[in-house]
Amino acid sequence: MVSFLRFLINGISLGSVYAIIALGYTMVYGIAKMLNFAHGDVIMVGAYIAFCAMQYLNLPPLLSVLCAMLVCTCLGVIIEGLAYRPLRQAPKLAVLITAIGVSYFLQNTALLIWSSNPKVFPSVFSVGQIKLFDGNLVISSETILTIAANIVIMVALTLFTGRTKMGKAMRAVSEDKGAAELMGINVNRTISLTFAIGSALAAVAGVLLCSAYPTLQPTTGSMPGIKAFTAAVFGGIGSIPGAMIGGLLLGIIEILGKAYISTELGDALVFAVLIIVLLFKPAGLLGKPVNEKV
Amino acid sequence: MKLKKSTVNNLISFGIVIIAFIVCQSMISTGMMKRSLRGQMIPICVYIVMAVSLNLVVGISGELSLGHAGFMSIGAFSGIIASAWLRAAFGLENELVRLILSMIAAGVMAGVFGALIGIPVLRLRGDYLAIVTLAFGEIIRNVLNCLYFSLDGKRLHVAFNNPNVPGTILLNGPNGAKDVAKIATFPAGFVLILFTLFVVMNLINSRSGRAIMAARDNRIAAEAMGINVTKYKMMAFVTAAVLAGMAGALYGLSMATVTASKFKFDTSILVLVFVVLGGIGNIWGSIIAAALLTVLPELLRAFADYRMLIYAIVLILVMLVTNNPTMRALLGKLVPRRNGRQKGGAAA
Repeated sequence: MVSFLRFLINGISLGSVYAIIALGYTMVYGIAKMLNFAHGDVIMVGAYIAFCAMQYLNLPPLLSVLCAMLVCTCLGVIIEGLAYRPLRQAPKLAVLITAIGVSYFLQNTALLIWSSNPKVFPSVFSVGQIKLFDGNLVISSETILTIAANIVIMVALTLFTGRTKMGKAMRAVSEDKGAAELMGINVNRTISLTFAIGSALAAVAGVLLCSAYPTLQPTTGSMPGIKAFTAAVFGGIGSIPGAMIGGLLLGIIEILGKAYISTELGDALVFAVLIIVLLFKPAGLLGKPVNEKV
Repeated sequence: MKLKKSTVNNLISFGIVIIAFIVCQSMISTGMMKRSLRGQMIPICVYIVMAVSLNLVVGISGELSLGHAGFMSIGAFSGIIASAWLRAAFGLENELVRLILSMIAAGVMAGVFGALIGIPVLRLRGDYLAIVTLAFGEIIRNVLNCLYFSLDGKRLHVAFNNPNVPGTILLNGPNGAKDVAKIATFPAGFVLILFTLFVVMNLINSRSGRAIMAARDNRIAAEAMGINVTKYKMMAFVTAAVLAGMAGALYGLSMATVTASKFKFDTSILVLVFVVLGGIGNIWGSIIAAALLTVLPELLRAFADYRMLIYAIVLILVMLVTNNPTMRALLGKLVPRRNGRQKGGAAA
């Protein structure tokens, strides 16, 4: 029972990281209707920046994270402006391949700067552990922080998209770009903003991911990126609460599957669940079904 | 005798491939080709077949598939196992016959999985379909990582997640297949390309091919004309899977060691890049892009560490130049316009 609880908490922790990454995917998809495959690599860049800030500049952890967020925000806006904006009217596949090109670019730049040797990410956050059941169940400070960060981000994003003018503009653009433009919304700026927020979240996710799994390589971001993307689709791509639920469920399924079924098949299980869900709900758990017009 | 226009086009295509083959083969035999490039000949054939078959799904049938490497891996391992089994059980020493039989077995195996996967996948649309093909690709890789095959005398043993199989091990879970008998040859790869072109071009120019393209261009209109959309999409998907499986067998039988991690998501993406850069729906584009881009990292060896970076930048720039309206206009001024029509349809 205690071990089950431990796995569950680990799952929620991993799921929280997935959820934060998935938020970036889903927001970008919702507004730009593109699969941003470079998102996973922005995570990696964020983690490296935080690592360098702590290791070489001796900045305190919180400042390092802010630093990483800042760099990633700029990176996201630059990527959008240089690579994706010129392709706004282009066929979707062209944008997808460009995103893959950006992903290769980031990975190889990281490879040149930081080399392929894995860096050990320092465990930085010491909020204190929680011990339950006479010390049988220890919840690490990383876990607490990840879950807390997840909740804060979720609430903040919900408030942002629901209450603020920029958030409303974002929803309007994602619903109908043309109509939003007619209403005087600056579509390009709104899309840039979405990329900025998504990339800042990616930086946070990168730091959280590497605090829990402390090896940092240029390819660190790709698999979590794919899984977070799966999570976004699972919850219904384009939907913010969907990304949250999808991420959490995926993390829990992965950890429980690895613990109780097979370590090797944990990933396969995640994807199998995705397929089954999509067969019964083709637009994901919280996605809106799209009616086809003749 | 007057030949049909499509037949003439096919014959020209075959002719070009045959000439290219003769040129390469004579360069190899006269030693004009560098050693490093010579080693790339079979992979080039493999990736050409992969790209053409993926183009059938992405370009002709209009569905984005991100798991094509999965079929390649099924083909590779089926081919390796079939080859070893044929040798042990039937004493088949003739390498050519064994290669052909292994490739057929691999194609059938990949086709069966293609059909099994196609049934759920083709119910979905657009990006959801893409992500499910990605998921299947990853599942195939994960499951292959847990499979153990061994040959005990003439009997083939299979175990799941249990490395204790009797006899000599053929496929050792995550360590993959070792000491594979390398029976694949460049001429065999060339024949496979011809076969692929024959199948794909005939399919495109047939009644079924027109039905597949009609379903791509407008699903509802095609359905209204009485076309069974699922059936025809399935036809394209399974054909592509069979061809990918055969390419996989050729690849597997040309390498000393093959592991499932070789067929990651990255490999699927690599093939997709060939298809998109070559021009979606354009078979010749796929062939040229696959050949050039397989050799490109080799040619960029002088840049050493920077070659993948250059590759990435080239990729982004090509996409920007070919798809951005202002850049295209600029390019149009520099290059005199061909009376080109828009090639192929974008995958929706």
